[in-house]
Amino acid sequence: MLSILRTLWGVFLHMFRSRETIQYPEQNILDPPRFRGRIILSLDPDGQERCVACYLCSAACPVDCIALQAAQDVNGRRYPEFFRINFSRCILCGFCEEACPTYAIQLTNDFEFSEYDRNNMVYEKEDLLISGPGKHPDYNFFRVAGVAVGVKGKGESENELPPVDVRSLLP
Amino acid sequence: MVTIHIDGLPYEVEEGQNLLQACLSRGLNLPYFCWHPALGSVGACRQCAVKRFKSEKDERGEIIMACMTPAEAGVRISIDDPEVAAFRKSVIEWLMLNHPHDCPVCDEGGECHLQDMTVMTGHAYRENRFKKRTYPNQYLGAFLNHEMNRCIQCYRCVRYYHDYAGAGDLNVFASRDHVYFGRGRAGRLESGFSGNLVEICPTGVFTDKTLGRHYTRKWDLQTAPSVCVHCALGCNTIPGSRYGELRRVRNRYNHEVNGYFLCDRGRYGYEFVNCDRRIRAPLVRTSRGVEQVLVSTEDALKSAAAMLSERRKVIGIGSPRASLESNFALLRLVGPKNFHAGISDKELEVLNLIRDVLCLGAARTPTLSETAEAGAVFVLGEDVSNSAPLLALNLRQLPRRKAEIAMAKVKIPPWNDAPIQRIAEFEKGSLYIASPCATGLDEVASKSFHGDISELARLGFAVASVLDPANAPGVEGLTEKEKIRAGEIASALGGAARPLIVSGAGCASLALIEAAANICTALGKIGGQPQIFFALPEANSLGLALLGAAGGLETACSALRSGRADTVVVIENDLFRRCAEEKAIALFDSAKYLVAIDHLINPTTSKADLVLPAAAFAEASGTLVNNEGRAQRFYRVLVPEFEVKESWRWIRDIMRFLGRSEAEKWHRLDDLSVAMAALNPLFAGLVSVAPDADFRLAGGKIPRQAPRYSGRTAMRAHIDVFEQPPPDDPDTPLTFSMEGDPRQPPPSLIPRYWAPGWNSVQALNKFQQEIGGPLRGKDPGVRLIEPIPQARTEYFRDVPASAPKAEGEMSLIPLHHIFGSEELSALSPGVAELCPQPYVALNPEDASFLGLFEGALAKVGVEGLTCCLSVRIVPSLPRAVAGLPVGLRGAPVFELPASGTVVREATDE
Amino acid sequence: MNEILLHIIIALVVLIGAMSVSASLIWLERRLLGVWQDRYGPNRVGPFGLFQVMADMIKIFFKEDWIPPFADKPVFVLAPAIIVAATLIPYAVIPFSPGIVVANLNIGLLFFLAMASLSVYGIVLGGWSSRSKYPLLGSLRATAQLLSYEVFMGLSLMGVVMMAGSFSLEAIVEAQRGLWFCIPQFAGFVIFFIAGLAETHRLPFDLPEAESELISGFHTEYSGLKFGMFFVGEYLGVTFTSLMIATLFFGGWQGPLLPPIVWLPGKTLVFICLFILIRAALPRPRYDQLMSFAWKILLPLSLLNLLATAGVLLILRK
Repeated sequence: MLSILRTLWGVFLHMFRSRETIQYPEQNILDPPRFRGRIILSLDPDGQERCVACYLCSAACPVDCIALQAAQDVNGRRYPEFFRINFSRCILCGFCEEACPTYAIQLTNDFEFSEYDRNNMVYEKEDLLISGPGKHPDYNFFRVAGVAVGVKGKGESENELPPVDVRSLLP
Repeated sequence: MVTIHIDGLPYEVEEGQNLLQACLSRGLNLPYFCWHPALGSVGACRQCAVKRFKSEKDERGEIIMACMTPAEAGVRISIDDPEVAAFRKSVIEWLMLNHPHDCPVCDEGGECHLQDMTVMTGHAYRENRFKKRTYPNQYLGAFLNHEMNRCIQCYRCVRYYHDYAGAGDLNVFASRDHVYFGRGRAGRLESGFSGNLVEICPTGVFTDKTLGRHYTRKWDLQTAPSVCVHCALGCNTIPGSRYGELRRVRNRYNHEVNGYFLCDRGRYGYEFVNCDRRIRAPLVRTSRGVEQVLVSTEDALKSAAAMLSERRKVIGIGSPRASLESNFALLRLVGPKNFHAGISDKELEVLNLIRDVLCLGAARTPTLSETAEAGAVFVLGEDVSNSAPLLALNLRQLPRRKAEIAMAKVKIPPWNDAPIQRIAEFEKGSLYIASPCATGLDEVASKSFHGDISELARLGFAVASVLDPANAPGVEGLTEKEKIRAGEIASALGGAARPLIVSGAGCASLALIEAAANICTALGKIGGQPQIFFALPEANSLGLALLGAAGGLETACSALRSGRADTVVVIENDLFRRCAEEKAIALFDSAKYLVAIDHLINPTTSKADLVLPAAAFAEASGTLVNNEGRAQRFYRVLVPEFEVKESWRWIRDIMRFLGRSEAEKWHRLDDLSVAMAALNPLFAGLVSVAPDADFRLAGGKIPRQAPRYSGRTAMRAHIDVFEQPPPDDPDTPLTFSMEGDPRQPPPSLIPRYWAPGWNSVQALNKFQQEIGGPLRGKDPGVRLIEPIPQARTEYFRDVPASAPKAEGEMSLIPLHHIFGSEELSALSPGVAELCPQPYVALNPEDASFLGLFEGALAKVGVEGLTCCLSVRIVPSLPRAVAGLPVGLRGAPVFELPASGTVVREATDE
Repeated sequence: MNEILLHIIIALVVLIGAMSVSASLIWLERRLLGVWQDRYGPNRVGPFGLFQVMADMIKIFFKEDWIPPFADKPVFVLAPAIIVAATLIPYAVIPFSPGIVVANLNIGLLFFLAMASLSVYGIVLGGWSSRSKYPLLGSLRATAQLLSYEVFMGLSLMGVVMMAGSFSLEAIVEAQRGLWFCIPQFAGFVIFFIAGLAETHRLPFDLPEAESELISGFHTEYSGLKFGMFFVGEYLGVTFTSLMIATLFFGGWQGPLLPPIVWLPGKTLVFICLFILIRAALPRPRYDQLMSFAWKILLPLSLLNLLATAGVLLILRK
């Protein structure tokens, strides 16, 4: 009983504290580094699309708001033919960023993308691509992967030996 | 059944299995790589290690390979023992030492056996700091992608491709940890079964190139059970679609039919569904000579009603590639007397004879899987590697069976691959081949013989008369050599358990089929258990024959000419492929109206006054009857866009428009099955082919989409952000949704193979009663034809005479190609690449006599029709016989076999 | 004639006053909660966010008035009306100042108790007619809770009745001319206050609509105007309970200096704020705790209070 009264009194005293609220449009909000806002697609350090259309983001998405289609360029490098995020469904959970093996899909600090028409909330690849690497500026998936796809020769990735000479029988 | 103890619990297992099979059969998870139920065990990957204990008291135990140890009564093993679990984990760690960081760009990702097994063993971090080994890749043709870096050296590819499929162009090279799986030099894989490497390879070394062009992960594919439409064997498939497009075809296990494998025609022929020649909306031609114009469904039905009204005399032309339901609907629309098979009279005659032989029971026709168990096989006049590829793959296992039987005597179990393969490699099967020219199976045959079709038939009759000299009709004028040959075959067949005679409609010869039937009759009379197997040309050839047609194309033509009919309805059939161009044009010109229902623009639909867009196999549900008389249901995988619907639905709508009360009752597919079963006792089994549309699993429909299906709220968002409900599917117990019970549906409704922890095709283990055995429940399909106890005892007595040919006369025989002879698959880019150009095949001596050489132009003439073809020299062809490929695009259509002339084309020089 | 007109005017003023005060409570509550939780609350619409109420009203009027296809339609529509009516009617017996009362019943207190019981019907029928599991559970809870707390709500007031010697509220207010009843009837006041919280199912006693377990309790399926009526009903209840506390225990319209018509609303406002402070501060108990608190503590306590009051009165009157 006493504790209840003490609680009431304690809460009542909050009347004289300052407000935590940030008056958003007038005041600017703080910029937490791990904020999960508008999703973007980044480029690798070579200036090429990082996305390899592996479908992991779309699989991880709990509201299934990512749809894409893989395509191959002449070298066999995978890229998304289209990449669509329906932001009217997106819950900005960041699972796609977690799932992305190439750091292509990233969540940014921007959250000011409301629209009056839901149809305008559907972003295509052109709307999502930014012109830089975003977070993890040095990572280039194809320098780590085993496939060549025009980025490098076979066996030239990080941590790789040159290709085996199949015709040699030397021990 | 014997009892073994796994981790202290008793399990009843099949005796003679190995322990790995036993564990998997009982639903336990044990990782493995090199073992495959169709290939047996070699114990190479060391992954399936378990601990065996000598007795209940033994606590130390010993680590053994489960796949190399037979399951005997009282064996005590442990899978979960910490020591053996650590062993398996370190094995996979070694296998992963050189595995590249490729999963995101690897097409196997998400259905990768290596991924599954790595997760299953618990290996998560690569602690090795050294560099990874890499390999160069090879170009392997239009079907397969090669990425050797991913290889874990399990040897499955070579064991399948070289040992099982018998092709020599993929092998293992180099030594030590440089072992390389590939071809001697880059180039296309020559086997017609190369596509199975995708499913055989436990990781992403061999991946599907056609899928790679429009890549989609397994969890994103909308899948449903289907049946291959590219030949009559009726292999079960799982096509997968995404964004309204067909993306790939995978094998669907049916123990009685295709087992674990598909041919490349079936696997890669699917792309015609996506091709730009598809008809998507109704087209009407207001009068002859003007362009067809697009119309609405309503208008199309109106003009159909006008064209087919009661005043008109309508005939229907069905199709051996259309479903049973569509053909039946057409039959009801026009009446049985006006229903014509969409093939020539001669082909229909052959089909009807085959149907009669099967129904009246000279012998039982085995299931496709039973053909591999035959004691002796006689292939009479059929090039099965091209007309029934999977049968050829089965017959190829005959030497292996022989080796298995031999090794059983020294107690080596059939799954122990290495010793058996060592013997089988040099063994020939009890396989006798009589064909017009060399076939792919000749290398495993005890004896093969090539001759003109009449010679082959005479040999067949001769074999029958040797077996039953008293009753079977004798053959006059056999040479001594032929008599010896007949005797040899007869004794092999007579002495074998369950001898099998394989023939077919490939040569379109009645005599061959009669000869095959006679051999069976004779074998039956001497107390054997003969089996007969016919290779048929198209997916529903036998269904069409069972339905019963008034005649073939010539009959239809004469009905039109004589004025008995004036309007033609053609479903899913290009008549220009069935008869000579002039004949087809004449047929259409004598009809007042031509209504065509098809899914592809072809010469027939271009001629039509009304074209209705039919659904291709992946967009429709229906029933097909394969060559053994097995009715199998295929289900729609994707919802077609625009006005496309099943042929039977179009016909039903027309009938409703015409006020035909019968069609009012046809609400869904099952209603047609019931109607067919009621009208024809042969189709009584149709109602039990598959669960009807009201079937529910735990109250819900079976989902076509995996639980992880992605993009649901985004795939249509660019058109409209508001989501639509999933499309309705009244015909089937499947739904276009990811919602549904996760339990296993009945075998005929299995939309995909998946089990917790098993994302690859190997999840199939969880769907079988015993590994490599039937599916849980019953294997899909119902055999409509079972032999009647009073088997035919009458012999066919019409033995063809050996007629000497006139000077310059050639007998022209049809030659089939696995790629090209079938209409639909040839439209798929990958298959089209492998289709040969039209040619005429000649014996070298004939060629030199005619002054022709490889590549030269020859003029071929049959019954007044002539055309120019380039020459191909085929040494195995008999003299005075010329082979013409069937069904190739751009090739003239002759009615074969026929006698004609081949002369050198006069060139300008 | 003039008297009748006066009564009609008083009735109308009370009706409109009660409704608009309850509506503006929505704003007040949100602002106060903000104050006590170190934030602002609605401050965008109009000065201090005062027009928020109007905005909410407009919104609620234009919301789709949806009736679930599985609901029992007539009852579903009737339920919110019962609530509002049953909470509005007892306003009639409150004396706002000497002579200003809609109906000076000599059984005013009994009339209030009777009407308070009626509002249970609104909740029960609302939850029941929704034909959906959460509303049903919510309304079952509400029924048991309201019935239990009603028992000693009535009992706690009997001390006041004994001391005033009348059921008429005007007489009770008059009886407090010397000493407000909150002093001699402190126990009665506390019990009535707690019972009042429970009767209006306000936090911490809002188990019928406990959103963490029952979505929204008995009005889960309601939307638009009907939902608005439940909402207004609740605030009408809060206002009314505060009015009753002020009238029964704090001398009603009595007070020095200021005119009576200011005193009663002023006292009421304090209790409304107390209601809101309790909401801001206290967590919700478990349902079994709520019930055992009612039957094992409050009921004996109110009986004891009754006994003690009666005893003291007997002794004093002798």
